[in-house]
Amino acid sequence: MKNHMKIEFSSISQNESLARVAVASFISPLNPTVDELTDIKTVVSEAVTNAIIHGYEENAEEKVILECSIDQSQIEIIIEDFGKGIEDIEVAREPLYTSKPEWERSGMGFTIMENFMDQVDIQSKENKGTRITLSKQLTSTKAICN
Amino acid sequence: MSLSVNFIVKESVLLVRLEGELDHHEATNLREEWQAQLAQNNVGHVIVNLEKLTFMDSSGLGVMLGRYKEIQAAGWEMIICSVSPEVRRLFDLSGMFKIVRLADNEDFALQMLGVAS
Repeated sequence: MKNHMKIEFSSISQNESLARVAVASFISPLNPTVDELTDIKTVVSEAVTNAIIHGYEENAEEKVILECSIDQSQIEIIIEDFGKGIEDIEVAREPLYTSKPEWERSGMGFTIMENFMDQVDIQSKENKGTRITLSKQLTSTKAICN
Repeated sequence: MSLSVNFIVKESVLLVRLEGELDHHEATNLREEWQAQLAQNNVGHVIVNLEKLTFMDSSGLGVMLGRYKEIQAAGWEMIICSVSPEVRRLFDLSGMFKIVRLADNEDFALQMLGVAS
């Protein structure tokens, strides 16, 4: 089965849970395991939070775009903002690195994305925005319901 | 689902029971309430009970680490207990249980702090 969705929402923190629920609901026909579902909800939360606090510095006037595609058991999620961009992607990917230590950020966002997904692609240009593409193959699509 | 937070004072210990989902949106409020509780009550040690926490991301790790640093700097202890396997993975990835103590449940955590439950 192939399916695709795209939603756009304001850059406000309330929408982090909306993004998680939207993706979780969209992929539910694939019967992900509890672990897979948790992983996917977590990475969506990380990427959307990054867009809101780093991309837009919590400017509620801006918009975040969330796309999700499924093809058989393959999931691809794209989270895009048109904000300030990432200065140095390699540095941003380092575990525990944060550009906002005063905000009590743990610096674990990209590390979590890389650990929980098969592939993480980051495209970013300063003052143009950031596009994160997250892919994962589910192992559980043939799970038997009991 | 949002986050609900329940603070209980037991002798010298502040119990922080979290229920629901802890993300960046909820983390800001949690930090403020938690800091106010520590300031208001004459307590030092903290037990964080995550039994009913259904979701947490790295923003949650940030809040836990922030409070741990404050509590430790003041000479007290912080213990995290009743962590689900899903939330546990995130803590393991961050290496946080190398510095913060972990207990199976609230009773064990209280015993570790020398408080009868």
